[in-house]
Amino acid sequence: MPRWLALLDGPQTLGHGRAFWFVFALIVLVAALLPTFVDAFAITNLTYFLVWVFMALGLSLIWGYAGILSFGQTAFFGLAGYTYGVISINLGDAGLWTWFALLMSLVLPAVLAIFVGYFMFYGGVRDVFVGIVTLSITLVFETFMAQTAGPEWTIGSARLNGFNGMSNMPPLTFPWGENPIIFDGPSFFWLVLALAVLVYVGLRIVVNSRFGNVLVAIRENPDRAEMLGYNVRLYQLFVFVIGSVLAGVSGVLYTLWGSYITPSSMGLTAAALPIIWVAAGGRKDITATLLATVLLTWLSQQLAVKGSQYALIWMGVILLVVVLFAPEGLFVTVWKKLRDRRRLQQVAAARKTVSLPSA
Amino acid sequence: MTFLVEAYAFFYQLADSFAFLVLCGLGLAIIFGMMGVINLAHGEFIMCGAYVTVLSARAGLPLPFAMLCGTLAAGLVGLILEFLIIRRLYHRLFDSIVATWALSLIATQGMLIVAGPSIEGLKTPFGSFELGEYSFSVYRALLPLIALLLLGALYWLFVRTRFGIYSRATIQDANMARALGANTGRIYSQTFTLGAALAGLTGALYAPTITAVPTMGQAFIVQSFVTVVVSGADVMLGLAPSAAVLAFIQSLLTKSYGQLIGQIGLLLTVIIVVRVLPKGISGWVLQRNGGR
Repeated sequence: MPRWLALLDGPQTLGHGRAFWFVFALIVLVAALLPTFVDAFAITNLTYFLVWVFMALGLSLIWGYAGILSFGQTAFFGLAGYTYGVISINLGDAGLWTWFALLMSLVLPAVLAIFVGYFMFYGGVRDVFVGIVTLSITLVFETFMAQTAGPEWTIGSARLNGFNGMSNMPPLTFPWGENPIIFDGPSFFWLVLALAVLVYVGLRIVVNSRFGNVLVAIRENPDRAEMLGYNVRLYQLFVFVIGSVLAGVSGVLYTLWGSYITPSSMGLTAAALPIIWVAAGGRKDITATLLATVLLTWLSQQLAVKGSQYALIWMGVILLVVVLFAPEGLFVTVWKKLRDRRRLQQVAAARKTVSLPSA
Repeated sequence: MTFLVEAYAFFYQLADSFAFLVLCGLGLAIIFGMMGVINLAHGEFIMCGAYVTVLSARAGLPLPFAMLCGTLAAGLVGLILEFLIIRRLYHRLFDSIVATWALSLIATQGMLIVAGPSIEGLKTPFGSFELGEYSFSVYRALLPLIALLLLGALYWLFVRTRFGIYSRATIQDANMARALGANTGRIYSQTFTLGAALAGLTGALYAPTITAVPTMGQAFIVQSFVTVVVSGADVMLGLAPSAAVLAFIQSLLTKSYGQLIGQIGLLLTVIIVVRVLPKGISGWVLQRNGGR
């Protein structure tokens, strides 16, 4: 087995071995086959749940693994969405232009993240103040976009349209002779699913690599990591950029999904959501984050559909229960409980076979 | 004469904005600035104060008593929540964010279900006075004075009274305070209750000037955090200058470019202050004076 593949399992991720990856493959397979036996509406919904996963995984990396609480991942989300909107509306869907727009909407968040990250980590901004700076940035974006209602706020042929947001951007289109491939419905779902699997697997390798171990060392004690010779600020900057580009991935996919983006996607409520997902699942593990994101977006949608006005209350109650009774996060706590029980059973079984005197 | 009227209009705007920022910040300065709990439900404490004030005033209580009711109600809610939830989350910064966010969701939506999308407001007392072509509300002109009075009262409370000294000692070094015989658990609880009650008072004071809606907390929360962050941990020292600077920036930008740009100005100021003066204005002053 090549070295990098061995990093799929390691100390920084829960779940390992044949059984885990068998279940993983099974879930991916079932998900990939879903479009053949559920209706288009369900596929659109499923895509929606997956769209948010990238931002959450990025935040888990920044916050859970590197210990930096960013409260403003939505700034990168919104920037990516608006970038895709402006470029794709101006250049249209001919040739590979939509892919160029997609690329640019990941480059711009990366540039912003380098700028903001440098400003913070090299300027000695720490702890809760990172959260305040990032939250302020996302609120600046929201407020700025909200006041672009007038016709003078137009970039090329794209109107920013203030509080109502931009809409009608073309979907991703790949030129293929007579019939260009348009990514919508099932094909868009497959694209998002493939990206999600790629990012998840990639992040598992990243967090179990040397880089990931250093991140955790920085989280546990930045001063110690610095004393041991690691360039803490560079690591923080780097991880912040990765996480922010992932937020950008979510932003551009969200924009493609609904063909619209609004300033409120960068507001206070939107900014708090990724934190909620990551905290509820267990921020120190990407698998837990992924499960919680899909589960909570699904749950809030279900509650909104069925219980209407009680949806948000139930959401709040769930979060309170998690924080008070499973502070490591729901999935991480359950996972560890199960693991401990299994280990105890193994020890008991081992005792039996070698017939040690019980302690 | 018109110049003087213009100047007064700007000053009125400035004082109004100053009062708003001070009153927003008061409760949060204690809960976040001093105690370090990131209270995302701060706006909902304000909402609670405003609702109780409006409802009790409409039930026939004179306005000052209705405001007292609003303040006490928010304080009571704070006391209960501290006992049930918040006391488990001191020194768990991240968890306090999630928990208070959850509380804010529950409070906003709960109020929407109980009281509907909005309730009938109160009439602003004292009428208005006119200068040139402008008309000014007397009540809003009084709010800056009330804000200053409250700051003075808070200074007295924390510097001169037994509770204030115990409270500051506990927050600075809980173990030491406990060793010296302070009941730190109770002091934390009282201090949090005070912060919640002050938030309620803010809501009560603004209740006659706005329409109370369940989501009104959101209109307060950003300004609250901005003021407290710029102020820094020492409330008595930092809050007034912080609110003054921010109010000046906000009124100037609002006057020239509109309200949203004023809001952006506030946020950008916070970003710069965090970078340049991470301990806020009060931290900077203390450092210059060779303190801590």
